[in-house]
Amino acid sequence: MSDASTVPDQTGPLKTADGKPLKSALAAAQAHRTRRAFYLVAPLLFFVLITFLLPIGQMLTMSVNNSSFYSWLDRDTGEKIPLMVELREWFDETPAGTEPDEAAYAALVSGLVHARDVKAAGQIGTRINYDVSRTRSLFTKTARKAPKMEPPYKEALLDADEDWANPRLWGAMRNASKAFTIDFYLSALDRTRDDQGNIVKIDEERAVYLLLFKRTLIMSALITFMTLLLGFPIAHLLAILPLRHSNLLMIFVLLPFWTSLLVRTTSWIVLLQSQGVVNDLWVSLGIISDEGRLQMIYNQTGTIIAMTHILLPFMVLPLYSVMRPIDPSYVRAARSLGATSWTAFRRIYLPQTIPGIGAGGLLVFILSVGYYITPALVGGSTGQLISNLIAFHMQNSLNWSLAAALASLLLFCVLLLYWLYDRLVGIDNLKLG
Amino acid sequence: MKKTLILTTALTGFAFAAGAEEITVMSWGGAYAKSQIEGYHKPFTEKTGVKVISVDADNPATPIKAQVEAGNVTVDVVDVEYPDAVRLCDEGLLEEIDPSILPPGADGTPAEEDFLDGAISDCLVTTIVFSTLYGYDSTKFEGEAPSTIADLFDMEKFPGKRGMRKAPKTTLEMALMADGVAPEDVYEVLETDEGVDRAFAKLDTIKDNVVWWEAGAQPPQLLADGEVVMTTAYNGRLFNAAVGEGQPFVMVYDGQVMDYDGYAIPKGAPNLERALEFLVFATETEQLAEQAKWISYGPARKSSAPFVGLYQDGKTEMGPHMPTSPENLEGALTTDYEFWVDYNTELSERFNAWLAQ
Amino acid sequence: MTETAGTNAAPFVEFRSVQKSYDGETLVVKDLNLKMPKGEFLTMLGPSGSGKTTCLMMLAGFETATHGEILLDHHPINNIPPHKRGIGMVFQNYALFPHMTVAENLAFPLEVRGMGKSEREANVLRALDMVQMGSFGARRPAQLSGGQKQRIALARALVFEPELVLMDEPLGALDKQLREHMQFEIKALHDRLGITVVYVTHDQSEALTMSDRVAVFDDGRIQQLAPPDELYERPQNAFVAGFIGENNKLEGRIEEIHDDKALVRLKTGELIDATPVNVTKPGQDTLVSIRPERVEFKPEFFDPGAHTIEAEVLEFIYMGDTFRTRMRVAGHDDFVMKCRNMMGQPRLEPGQKLPISWHMQDARALEDDRAI
Repeated sequence: MSDASTVPDQTGPLKTADGKPLKSALAAAQAHRTRRAFYLVAPLLFFVLITFLLPIGQMLTMSVNNSSFYSWLDRDTGEKIPLMVELREWFDETPAGTEPDEAAYAALVSGLVHARDVKAAGQIGTRINYDVSRTRSLFTKTARKAPKMEPPYKEALLDADEDWANPRLWGAMRNASKAFTIDFYLSALDRTRDDQGNIVKIDEERAVYLLLFKRTLIMSALITFMTLLLGFPIAHLLAILPLRHSNLLMIFVLLPFWTSLLVRTTSWIVLLQSQGVVNDLWVSLGIISDEGRLQMIYNQTGTIIAMTHILLPFMVLPLYSVMRPIDPSYVRAARSLGATSWTAFRRIYLPQTIPGIGAGGLLVFILSVGYYITPALVGGSTGQLISNLIAFHMQNSLNWSLAAALASLLLFCVLLLYWLYDRLVGIDNLKLG
Repeated sequence: MKKTLILTTALTGFAFAAGAEEITVMSWGGAYAKSQIEGYHKPFTEKTGVKVISVDADNPATPIKAQVEAGNVTVDVVDVEYPDAVRLCDEGLLEEIDPSILPPGADGTPAEEDFLDGAISDCLVTTIVFSTLYGYDSTKFEGEAPSTIADLFDMEKFPGKRGMRKAPKTTLEMALMADGVAPEDVYEVLETDEGVDRAFAKLDTIKDNVVWWEAGAQPPQLLADGEVVMTTAYNGRLFNAAVGEGQPFVMVYDGQVMDYDGYAIPKGAPNLERALEFLVFATETEQLAEQAKWISYGPARKSSAPFVGLYQDGKTEMGPHMPTSPENLEGALTTDYEFWVDYNTELSERFNAWLAQ
Repeated sequence: MTETAGTNAAPFVEFRSVQKSYDGETLVVKDLNLKMPKGEFLTMLGPSGSGKTTCLMMLAGFETATHGEILLDHHPINNIPPHKRGIGMVFQNYALFPHMTVAENLAFPLEVRGMGKSEREANVLRALDMVQMGSFGARRPAQLSGGQKQRIALARALVFEPELVLMDEPLGALDKQLREHMQFEIKALHDRLGITVVYVTHDQSEALTMSDRVAVFDDGRIQQLAPPDELYERPQNAFVAGFIGENNKLEGRIEEIHDDKALVRLKTGELIDATPVNVTKPGQDTLVSIRPERVEFKPEFFDPGAHTIEAEVLEFIYMGDTFRTRMRVAGHDDFVMKCRNMMGQPRLEPGQKLPISWHMQDARALEDDRAI
């Protein structure tokens, strides 16, 4: 301690023996390790970027993409050709709800002529058709006649088809005239725009998405609860059994994992259908009459039963991994301190399994919110989830923007739940294994 | 946007990478794809030496849309339903086909006349006419059996569960015809709000007794399992179960809804010339007739009818099983594609909402 | 089992012919009989697997006796569930509830007994003060050191004022220094509160320093139940002699035997004197056990007339407070002699040969049961 140079200067920042600031020296010393750590995770990072973040970004872009009325991609040249330029200008200059004047009709005709030249009339019609029915053929037919039209254009157009005066059609074209739109989100929330551009509820008889969002969330919650109800005792049993017994039992728990999802789902059909094994058994036991066979599939019951079974391992595994290390002495201590076995369970054991319940619950809930194949096969009409409508718009109506908007809303719901969970329980309280 | 799509779809694209003298045809799989392989692919390879690779999709329109939008097309010829072809064509995702390259029929009729009405569209050449009709399990009905489309909706006369396609198309038409609308008036009625209400009101009468199906393979299975006593289905699937597998199923042609399905070429197909060559070859009179020996879908050329012979079992006459055969056309309806392209969005929304409620 | 002092008082805890088997094939506890008066600090000592923890768990109610009766304050408790036995327990890993604060941990037993909030808080504070942890009430167990956890566990087991407290190797996880300190504190608490304690450990020094009586367990039986000094100085059999403290063992055969004196012929032929413990007749095989600190090498301390035996020094180890000399005696290379490091104490050189001896009382001739 007699050597003064090794004593750190107490007034300034700490320095190393050769006079460098301690902080930068530490950073330099650790830079190598940080770099190496980054190289190790880089492949995963790249993989996640390509397979996860990028598609999500694509989906979000797709959900606001409104280019059908705006531009046409010539696939031979790869060139983007703007469409309806003059009409879009007219929309920009006039407020929503303006009665279309001659200038607007003229712009429409010239736009139709141009669209016909580049063969984009069908695309434009398809886009407007999302909002107003029968417009696809209106556009393609009128576009065919458009080159021969002469002023006054309003009259010429109304001659061709009087639907051209429909204010809803003009409102729809105005909405479609921006390159990006939130209209698909409006549709996904059972909302639409009226002639004036105001957001209004859609007709009762066409409203379906909010109902399905609600149903999806409620059914997912129910399925999560069912897996918890069934999984908790199993996980507990697994956790307290000696390892060689619990390993055998674990195989039974994991068995569904090793079976194809389709096989499992169709097995449930075989079991639960009205001429199925379960109904046959009950009829033969005299529990129900042959006429009174229960409808347990192609409805919500079927979806809940099949999904509870399929998702059960996702509840059991996190629970098990949390329960296994819980020392039996905690419950013993509680008992010795005077607690009944129920109190010991409720006050001591259960709180310690919360991280497992949280992880399993979140996992099952998020998985079931997005589940698609099982409800499609066994859900009938009332057991459908929102994912089935997303699939419908992906595969059937080919309205990918709406599908993307629905999927984005679903993603948002899940993120919201995740945030709520973090606020209520704490995400660091999550234990998956 | 485009580049990112290329990146992601490129990963899936490698699987189909095609060599020089081979083309890839995408279809629906199952018995239908088999009939195409026997009827078109094999004879084409024999004739030209070009290998034909057959790939399947649930609905080929979906992957084609993805591939063309990503600019990474691996399929040369694709089998799509007519309205999908019209929509994809509108969006510029399909090559336009010049009808003049199609040869006249075997009897010399020019192609445009030989094909059924509207069977040649801008981007699609129809190969088959299939129909959605209903069939029943004959063991379930003693005495009177269902014979008209109205019987499908008659719960009193013929109690038991029904299978129905989970889509508005064909379902709404059948509901209206069962309600007494003549086939030729169906689309006129369906264009009005009252007509739509009427169709849904008819569907309401059986809603609680319907098991909805989506995939073509489901309805014969539902019938065989005894889950339903009658179900709508694609006629080829029911034929396959009844004749091919010997199930006691009976088809009712009254109120059948006929659709076109055919070949199109995706924009940017890697072997455009060969693809066109295949398309022309496949839609010739003999080839269309050849395919019809394998499945009970009607050939799109009138001139093919005389060439359709026996089913592969060697004893079943195919003629009476074709939706297009004259005795089956009574009470039949041909889909109005213009209507469905215009109204599919609205009616699907309404249908989905009706189902979910 | 020898009845010893202390058991004369009315028994508070009693084991009557208790047996325990887990698998139906082997007995973990074989015919256990034990009486404990109120206020006693009794330690169950033994190697792992000797049955001591099982006995404790049966007393606590977490295991049921396969046969026999356990009585607490004259009442059989076999069928009373653990939470009604009113026994405090300290676990080896402390078993502090991790999701509760220290104060909540302590309040738990009071709460389940339906005690009011204010009274509860007062009791918790008192219990915390008792273990000098008054300011730690708001902490979580994870924020405490090992010794602090130990004290909280102790306070929790005592806060509801049980008359009997069980401790299952409570100091096993602490380092040596802390352990010795806690031994002292637990003992002090016991003296102050007048509670009855059953303490399980495998550490003999812990058992010796803390207990009123020690029950040495092996093979499912109590091998000896006695106060620490008696256990150390008069082990009843070869196992106890070997398990408690350090021992030199010499094998031989009884040559002559009188009431309190036996002449033993060692295998190498030497004759030595010993006190017979559980040997009865000449010709019997015996193990003579001698504590290292009772071995003498200075002739002036030899018992007059006692036999001596030749020893060769093999190693001399300096251990601070003592010297430890390893020597070859009667063919054994591991014979140890310990002597205090005091002024003028000679340090023996390896290779040195000298006679050694001991007082007859310190050489205990025990039955050689190894062959059985």
